[in-house]
Amino acid sequence: MSEGTLYDKVWDRHKVTTLPTGQDQLFIGLHLIHEVTSPQAFGMLRERDLEVAYPKLTHATVDHIVPTSDQSRPYEEDAAEEMMSELEENVREAGIEFSDPTTGDQGIVHVIGPEQGLTQPGKTIVCGDSHTSTHGAFGALAFGIGTSQIRDVLATGSVAMEKQKVRKIQVDGELGEGVEAKDIILEIIRRLGTEGGVGYVYEYAGEAIENLNMEGRMSICNMSIEGGARAGYVNPDETTYEWLEETDYFQENPEKFDELKPYWESIASDEDAEYDDVVHIDASELEPVVTWGTTPGQGVGVTEPIPAPEDLPAEKQDTARRAQEHMRVEPGETMEGYDIDVAFLGSCTNARLPDLRRAAEIVEGRQVDDDVRAMVVPGSQRVQAAAEEEGLKDTFEEAGFEWRNAGCSMCLGMNEDQLEGDEASASSSNRNFVGRQGSKEGRTVLMNPQMVAAAAVTGEVTDVRDLQEVTVA
Amino acid sequence: MSGSDEVEIPEVDYVSGSGVPIRGNDIDTDQIIPARFMKVVTFDGLGEFAFFDLRFDDDDNPKDHPMNEDRFQDSSVMVVNSNFGCGSSREHAPQALMRWGIDAIIGESFAEIFAGNCLALGIPTVTADSETIQELQDWVDANPDGEIEIDVEAEEVTYGDTTIDVTVDEAQRKALVEGVWDTTALMKSNADAVREKAKELPYVDDEAIPEAE
Repeated sequence: MSEGTLYDKVWDRHKVTTLPTGQDQLFIGLHLIHEVTSPQAFGMLRERDLEVAYPKLTHATVDHIVPTSDQSRPYEEDAAEEMMSELEENVREAGIEFSDPTTGDQGIVHVIGPEQGLTQPGKTIVCGDSHTSTHGAFGALAFGIGTSQIRDVLATGSVAMEKQKVRKIQVDGELGEGVEAKDIILEIIRRLGTEGGVGYVYEYAGEAIENLNMEGRMSICNMSIEGGARAGYVNPDETTYEWLEETDYFQENPEKFDELKPYWESIASDEDAEYDDVVHIDASELEPVVTWGTTPGQGVGVTEPIPAPEDLPAEKQDTARRAQEHMRVEPGETMEGYDIDVAFLGSCTNARLPDLRRAAEIVEGRQVDDDVRAMVVPGSQRVQAAAEEEGLKDTFEEAGFEWRNAGCSMCLGMNEDQLEGDEASASSSNRNFVGRQGSKEGRTVLMNPQMVAAAAVTGEVTDVRDLQEVTVA
Repeated sequence: MSGSDEVEIPEVDYVSGSGVPIRGNDIDTDQIIPARFMKVVTFDGLGEFAFFDLRFDDDDNPKDHPMNEDRFQDSSVMVVNSNFGCGSSREHAPQALMRWGIDAIIGESFAEIFAGNCLALGIPTVTADSETIQELQDWVDANPDGEIEIDVEAEEVTYGDTTIDVTVDEAQRKALVEGVWDTTALMKSNADAVREKAKELPYVDDEAIPEAE
């Protein structure tokens, strides 16, 4: 069993008691809710005549179904309007703060929590959304839960959990040009598998992780779940504290910053912490990673050949064959040159300001390919406003990108932003599952935001480093 | 105080029924319930949309899929392969399977959030090795009406003349067998201890902690 890790310490600080099942009852410090997975939980509370126990530790936003074009009410789609209205009623009744689109604070739940300073080191954070692992970037213990568990958290301020093992993923070395956090996590999932993390929490450490800004750390923690790990985290450090100091919460309560800092420092993993497993990755060996298949573990370096199913472990062969048939790719070829129809720059993985900046650098002075529909969906209204302020919107629009409003959008196709027919997308999102982007024949190629920009302007999967060399020359 | 004590939680120590094999590794919750069917504020009616895109074509005509076959219409035990239920945390996935008629799932392995969601609905997710599961899937194919018995407490599955050892996660087993898988009332009874814990944590503002009931 692990000992002295951030996970062990945060767990101990939040453990209320051990339940008769052997699970621990954990106090939850922040409960984020959105319109898709919470309405049924509020319904269950009503059925049982229960109230929300900790409304002030609960925060709502709307992201999954919110239109990213015309956001005037009522929403054009009835189902979306109904879900929004239901959320508005639930938060009003319970007295829960709601970052709705009229506040200028709305956005994807995993973008707004960190922006507002709700996400802090040493907190337990849950949300009815598997990408809640994102918040681990701040040294929080954050994980996704189902709707029945949302009911538990609403009613009791706690959740029943079994403690898991801790795997340290040590990423040393420096990242090369065009290679970023997204590539690190895609590489981790490729190596350890989509279920390699089941039963584990991932601690990301090492020089390459320490050198990342908070947005990069969020991209990595975000996709922990794609590797099977329900939670992933990075120990808090000066980079973390600098971010926190700028957030609303600590701007409004500056005394809290000094008050809480010793706590944050105390929960970081000890130098001599014990882990259940340790894995090493050399970041300097990585090139931009793209997926060739229909799980996030089916990735390959952009210049590397797509593997033959028979060269993979037995249990992965069948999935690989079906994936290659769906994606229409051949073993031995590279993904470079794979035609794309849509470029999607968005999602809780990669739609923060630095993501858009890096993509804009590639787009600058170039035009979106004639056969490509390209869109930017900022992660939040604040990201959107900041990007507009510094001219990124103009850069993207001049190149032929659509500039849309904040939301989950084409990451999961719950609003009007969807793939059509067998369109192929270059996507900065997190899942390439069949049907994920709204069309069951649709084909998703996951990649980092610069790579999405490169694909948008060339019309095919492109090694962004080739474009960067042109820019320099 | 509250009506939560009135919720009756059945003990799930034994489940039986005929099986339906769903083959393939890494079957994600977007497959189990496509996102477009989640634009609803209740779980009612999700059953007919379980595995929808694998079961129906663009014109809603049935495709070749076990859940469309007459012989599996009364099945209540799903037999799956590895990493079943990965991806999105949507409880809509097990809710859809439950409403289609599934009472238990036997597989090589399950994604964690999915297994937790199943437990919250009283649906056992029991595991066995790859070879054992494939044999069971083949047997179900040959014996669509054959009874599969899951003894949750003893961690055994019996079908035909065969009894196999399976694994049920320790906490899941206790929760199901003792009928404490719906944890709301149980945890609510510790409300004072939760409040004390909140007070101990430096980041929780006093005003966020409710008065004792």
